[in-house]
Order: sequence, then C-alpha cells, then structure tokens
Amino acid sequence: MSTAIGRPLDRVDGHAKVTGAGRYSAEVALPGLAHAVLVTSRVPSGRVELLDTYDAERAEGVLAVLHHLNLPKGGSVPPLLPSLFGAAASGQTFFPMQDEVIHYAGQHLALVVAETLDQAEHAARLVRVTYQETASVTTVEQGRDRAYEPERIFAGFMPGRTTRGDVAAALDRAQVTVENTYHCAANHHNPIECSATTAVWEGDRLTLYDGTQGPNATLHTVAELLNVMPSHIRVVTDYVGGSFGCKAMIWDHPALAALAARAVHRPVRLALSREQMFSSVGHREEQEQRLTLGADRDGRLTAIRHHKLSPTSHFDDWAEPSLSVASQMYACPNYEGVYSLIKANTMTPTFTRCPGEASGMFVMETAMDELAEKLDLDPLELRLRNYAETEPTTGHPWSSKGLRDCYRRGAELARWSERDPRPGAVRDGNWLLGWGMASSAYPVTPPGGPQRARARIFADGSAVVQSSFADFGTGSATAMTQVAADGLGLPLERVRVQYGDSDLPNTAAAVGSAGAGMVSAAVHIAATALRDQLIAQAVADERSPLHGADPRQVVVGDGRMALRDRPGTGETYAELLQRSFMADAEALGTWNPPGMDTPYGTMTFGAQFAQVAVDAELGLCRVRQLIGVFDPGRVLNRKTAHSQLMGGMLWGMSHALLEGTIMGPDGRWANTSLGEYLVPVNADAPDVLIETIETTDTVVNPLGVKGVGEVGMVGTAAAIANAIWHATGRRHHRLPITVEDLL
Amino acid sequence: MVASHLPDAVQGPGRVDVVLNVNGATHVVRIEPRVSLLDCLRDHMNLTGAKKGCNQGACGACTVWVDKRRVVACLTLAIACEGREVTTIEGMAENGSLHPMQKAFLSEDALQCGYCTPGQIMSAVALLAEGHAGSDAEIGEWMSGNICRCAAYPNIRTAIRDVRDGVGGVGRAAG
Repeated sequence: MSTAIGRPLDRVDGHAKVTGAGRYSAEVALPGLAHAVLVTSRVPSGRVELLDTYDAERAEGVLAVLHHLNLPKGGSVPPLLPSLFGAAASGQTFFPMQDEVIHYAGQHLALVVAETLDQAEHAARLVRVTYQETASVTTVEQGRDRAYEPERIFAGFMPGRTTRGDVAAALDRAQVTVENTYHCAANHHNPIECSATTAVWEGDRLTLYDGTQGPNATLHTVAELLNVMPSHIRVVTDYVGGSFGCKAMIWDHPALAALAARAVHRPVRLALSREQMFSSVGHREEQEQRLTLGADRDGRLTAIRHHKLSPTSHFDDWAEPSLSVASQMYACPNYEGVYSLIKANTMTPTFTRCPGEASGMFVMETAMDELAEKLDLDPLELRLRNYAETEPTTGHPWSSKGLRDCYRRGAELARWSERDPRPGAVRDGNWLLGWGMASSAYPVTPPGGPQRARARIFADGSAVVQSSFADFGTGSATAMTQVAADGLGLPLERVRVQYGDSDLPNTAAAVGSAGAGMVSAAVHIAATALRDQLIAQAVADERSPLHGADPRQVVVGDGRMALRDRPGTGETYAELLQRSFMADAEALGTWNPPGMDTPYGTMTFGAQFAQVAVDAELGLCRVRQLIGVFDPGRVLNRKTAHSQLMGGMLWGMSHALLEGTIMGPDGRWANTSLGEYLVPVNADAPDVLIETIETTDTVVNPLGVKGVGEVGMVGTAAAIANAIWHATGRRHHRLPITVEDLL
Repeated sequence: MVASHLPDAVQGPGRVDVVLNVNGATHVVRIEPRVSLLDCLRDHMNLTGAKKGCNQGACGACTVWVDKRRVVACLTLAIACEGREVTTIEGMAENGSLHPMQKAFLSEDALQCGYCTPGQIMSAVALLAEGHAGSDAEIGEWMSGNICRCAAYPNIRTAIRDVRDGVGGVGRAAG
C-alpha cells in the first residue's frame, strides 16, 4: 500500500539549497582553519630537477610546503576498484609526491599550507620548479603504433576481447554492411563545485568533510593510503555540488588534506581550482571506435564487429566500457568486441556520466541509422526488427523490458509517422529541420556487498531513518524519505532521513545509476522490519486492541496499526510505545544484493527523439526539442526522477554538440576553464519532454527500482546526429559536432 | 586637486579595515586589498551562500548584487564595495519567509545539486527587475551567465515564468 512513493515531493534539502544555508565541503567553518593550495606539473613527462621552496616557505602566513622530499609516508595505494563495491576505491593506482617522476601534466607536485587562502595561493606561485622534460604521448594519434590489447580492462572486471559466433564469416555472407570509424573527444565532468576536502585531526582520529558520491569510499581509501584504522576515520558529506563521476572514485586530495592537517596540527581545507579539476579527478578518455554491421536485406543484424582504441595512464588499464551496452542492444548471432589501449601521459581515465554507454551507443545508433538508410527502412522499424527478446550475450531473460512501449509512445509524442524520410526535405526559413531517433539502455548493476539502513521511531510516533549515502543532486534524500514513510506507514512530515555520514549504516558509493535501487532496498527493509517488530509487539501485548491478532492481518497507515478487515480495531505506534514505557524502538535493515551471476539481463531502456534546426549557410545547430520515454522500473519521486532524466538528456546534447577537452601540442589540456570547455548555458537548452513507463521488476531489488541517473544521456547524441543527417543529408562520425563540421 | 592627501588614500598591500554593508548589516573586516568580494564573504564573513565555481567570472555561481545590480563576486574586489549595498542569497528571505523566486525554484525543481542555485536565484530576481523576462528565449539569453551543470535549465525558466506571472502560489512579482 504505497502512498508516498512516486509522488512529486519537493526536495527535502531544497530549502537549504535555495537559501544558501547548506554547507558544502569547502564551507565548513572551523576554528584555526588553514588553507592548502596545490602546485602542479607544467610538463607531461620527465622529472622534477629542482623544487625550490625557499621563497614560498618565507612568505607571510605560510605554515608548510609539502613535496616528495618531505611528505610523510603512510600506507599504500589500494587497487583500482569501482566504488560500487563498497571498499577502498582509488581513482588510479598512483599517489603523487612520492618521487620526482612526472607522469602527466597537472600532476600534483607540492602543497602549500598557509593561514589564509590568499597567502597560500600567493606562496604557491613562489614555488619554483625546474624540469627535465622527456618525450610524451598524450593522444590516440601519437600512440596509435604502440597500441596493445589488454587482457582485461576496467579494474579487471571486463575482458579485453569478447567474441561469439563467427564474425568474419558472417560479414562475408552479409547482404548489407555498414562500416565507419568514429572519434569522440575527451570530456571532463566539470561539476560547478570543484572537489574539496576539509580535514580535522583530534588525536589519532580523523574527520574529513569531503564532496564525494561515497563517504565510505573516501573512508576506506584514505584509511589505506594513510595506514589509519577505518574505525578512526569519519567522513561527512552533507552537500555535494554535483559530481557526474569525478567524485565517484577517490583521488589523492582527501589524503593530501589529511597529511597537511597532520603536518601543521590544524584543520586544513584543500579546494581544487577549476583548472586543477582538469588533471586531478579523471576524465572520459579520447577514443576512436570502428564499427562494422552486417545484415540481411530485411535488416536483421547478422554480425557486429566493434573495436575501440583509447589512451590510458601509465599505471592502469582503463577504458570506459564503450562496447558493453552496444553489444546488448540488439539480437545478433555473431559478435566481436576488442579494446586496445595506449599507455599515455595522462591520468587514469574514470567514470564520466554514462561511462561507455554514451560513446558506444553514439556509434551503434548512428550506424543503425545508416543501415536503415541503406535498406530504405524506417529507422524505428529497423530497431524493432532487431529487438532483443532475451539478453544477447547470455541468452538470459530480461528482468523487465518496456522498450517496445517506449518506442511506441516516443514515436507518438514525436509524431514520427508524419516525418518525411528524405533528408533536407523540411525548411523553416534559413533553417533546415530534421528529426532523429535512437535507442537507449543502461545496465542495472548490483553493489558489491550488503547495504544497510537503520529505522528508529520515537514514542511520539515520529521516526528517523539513517543511512550513510550521499545526495549529490540526485534527489535520493527526498526519495528515501518517501520510501521510509511508506515502509513505516507514517505520514511524510513525521519522517526525517539522516544521510551523508560514514558513521551511519553502511552503503556503497551511489554510482552507476545504482544509488536509488540499493539504498531504497536497505531503507525499505529497515522500515518494514521496524513496522513488523511493532506489530509483533502489539499482537503479543494483552493491553493492545490487537492482542492475539494474526500479524499478517494488521496493516499500518498514518502511524496506526489496525486490522485489515476491521479498521476500527487498532492503536497507534505512539500508544503502544508510551504504554510500554519505551522511549523508542529501532531496527537495522540489511539488503544482500543478488550476485553478478543472477541469470537475468537487467537494464533500464528508453527511446529518444530529437528535432534539430541547422542553419544552411552558417552551420549553426540548434536543438529544438528532445523527447525521451524510459522504463526505469518503479519511480520513487516523479519530480526528481524526471529532473535526472532531463539532466542526462541535456548532457547528451552537450556530448553531441559542445564538449571536448583538447590536448595541446605541449601535452597539456589546452582549454581548462569554463570559458573554453563548452557546456550548455540556459539559451542552449531546449524544452525536454519526458515520460516514464513503469515496468514491474522483481529481480533487481525489493522495490523494483532500475535507476534514472544516466539512461537519459545514452541515446541523445545519436538521436541528434541522426536528426542532423535528416536535416542536411550529411553524416557525422566525430563528437562534438561543431559549427566547422556543419559548414 | 588633493595631491597632498593622496598618501592617506593609499591602502595596502598589507591588511586594512574594510567596512561593508551586506544584507543591510554593517561589517568591518580586516583583509588585504587583493581579496575578492567572494572570498571576503565566504572566508572572512562566513557567508557561504555565494559559491565559488570557477573564480574566473565564467560560471555565475558567485552572483550577488552590488547596489541592486548583479555582479560576479569573484571578479569584484571587496574593498571596492565600500559605501555600496551588497546583497547575497542570505538576504533574500524576509522575516524567515522565502522570496517568491526561492519558492518557485523549490516547487519547479529548478535545482539538483544546489551549488549554482544561489547565483541562479540572484540572477533570476534581478532579471525580472531588469525587464528581461518577456519570453522564454529572452529569459534563456539573460540567464546564460549562470551555468547549471545538472542542466535544470527548462525548470529554471519555468520558475522565473511562475514568478513573473504570479502563478503556482508563489505570490508577488519581484523587483
């Protein structure tokens, strides 16, 4: 009996955000706070010949200058493990300031700590570094001839090569083929809040105020880096100013803040600058993909060959899994997917919203559009002919799949059947108009271990539900309030959710669109366990009107337990607790997620449509409308879920038309500011029409939540690129598609 | 001319007392003249509602008003605001009651992570006073100095329209 779940409740943290009262991790006011500023490498490769700190150490207000010659050593760098596993989650297996070797431009070389931020910034400029520079490789083009095929990628979780059937034979026999090479620029997350950590030691206990997607990921990573017991570290994450993946893994700055605080015996804040955000917290790697599709004359896919080439760091074999979802989208008997890597002078790339799904599906869905064109088939009809009734790589059934309904409803909203299939057929003055579409899918991945929440009810009938997760703009705190209220049978205003603190019951980092599913499972189990505990107490209590009743016949609403068929018989939680002289009651809820080997395909699906206008002479491209219909399982809060999907779709638009970090000839990222790394502004963002189709899913988690954080982005870039083809008759295989490309 | 008085007018480079009127209250802070209004508010006055997103005037997260005009506080020197009236997000709610624009941002979900939100709201209220909210296109153009990386833009436009039109229970028009 659900009353709160699904409702478009306003954000519970919204008041603090619209008044400016919410304190982000660089805003915690502490007595004696000192400020730390990083000095970074200006060259991409070589050694530090001399690091001269003489002037910096003597500048006013300076407390310490830390670098490879004096940084106290502690523990060891933990392995690279996705933070969804709930353990230490180092973004790369490299910790800076241990020796004089330089692996990439922007590498952290020194840390200046001073009384005020101005003094620290000034002194950081006084640190003189001389370099012995060596030749570097930073791009696909430079490293192409030294590419290698890794055995495994992605922290060892994915094979470098996957095959089924016989692709070569199938391509030989294919009646139609489409083959192209695609290129996607590197991307940086650029949340508006730059990463920051404030570190406070009290004796041998450490508190970190850290902007992170996973307070426990920060805790475990810093514990290993500093060789401090996890029990002695607390991570507080009240507010996070966006992440999009750059706060999903743990980089070196939280540990450096802690080391600096220990060195100066004061609380220390280390906030990265915007420029430092381009070389401190990972990125989506530049990549080249080559895709060959083979099909019969009816458009049925017979072969998919999908290769990817991308740079990674010297330390880790990382590629975002661009081939995964593209291999699970359509039924096809013959498949070959191969990752190749180049060791380059960059950081280890990392999760960036839709890590791999966005780039891989841009390629797949652009190719499907070209296949439809070759076959003179409607692009939507081609996708329906290749609809995967079971998961293509394993043959397992889907846990739920509402994609057919998404296609149908999306086509209705876009009036797809009225579209003139010929490219360049519709004009609005000087603007060429086009419609395009694409499929979307994003995996539902279970976390690596048990997820917990605690529910506590007080004798007045109000409740607090605690869990350690962070809300970085997703709306999870609001959705969890709704889940808790329904589980307990309490009105929303009597439930508070406490979160963002590693001292609370354990959850993994909310990454990979998994947060709502895994945390709602723990909250639901805790809330219903407490409810059942109180019902059991009532039916066993001679003084209760429910004494002797079958607990299965007792229902709870508005804080009152009553018989299902005789609602007049019952009592409130408050009456039960007060009569029993109990100040409170509480229950711990633990959700043990299904393993990775669950015999189902688990994905959120969607259908996306875009209308673009391209200026025939100037090459300007304006997206006029985006439409997306998705099947995210159960929607916990319609308002915040739609905001997540809308944000994802506009990220897709940005991926298609704006974003690209350019590697300069000196081996440094060249456009490291929000003036030069283009992201959408208000005038760029069209209206976005979103619908959700709620499918029932009994496999993924107790409430059947599949997630909405990323699937909105997956198909957008291809839908826009296909719309540009429809408007202009030209295909584009490079992202972003710029004015120069359209001229 | 007053050349003989010039030495007295020179302040800095060391710390000096700066008198600022922020949200109707007078504050005296001892800062170096190079301190930006943003760092002064955040680090010296503990008013962290104005946010630091880029420190280069590119993102708008630090938008505040100086004499009712919107400015980016990261590119404004605190010392240059002496004798002027500075208004920040902390000064928007009156008697504990949210400004209509704050209510509209909440009800239209015109925010996600909330980090750009104070700057968006300071811009949005000023935009109505400037008369730049005639159409969605005009709102979009005049709100384009405030980046929202969560991309709540369509909802931000709706919230501004709500306040402009006095709909959605958000009450009086601002300005």
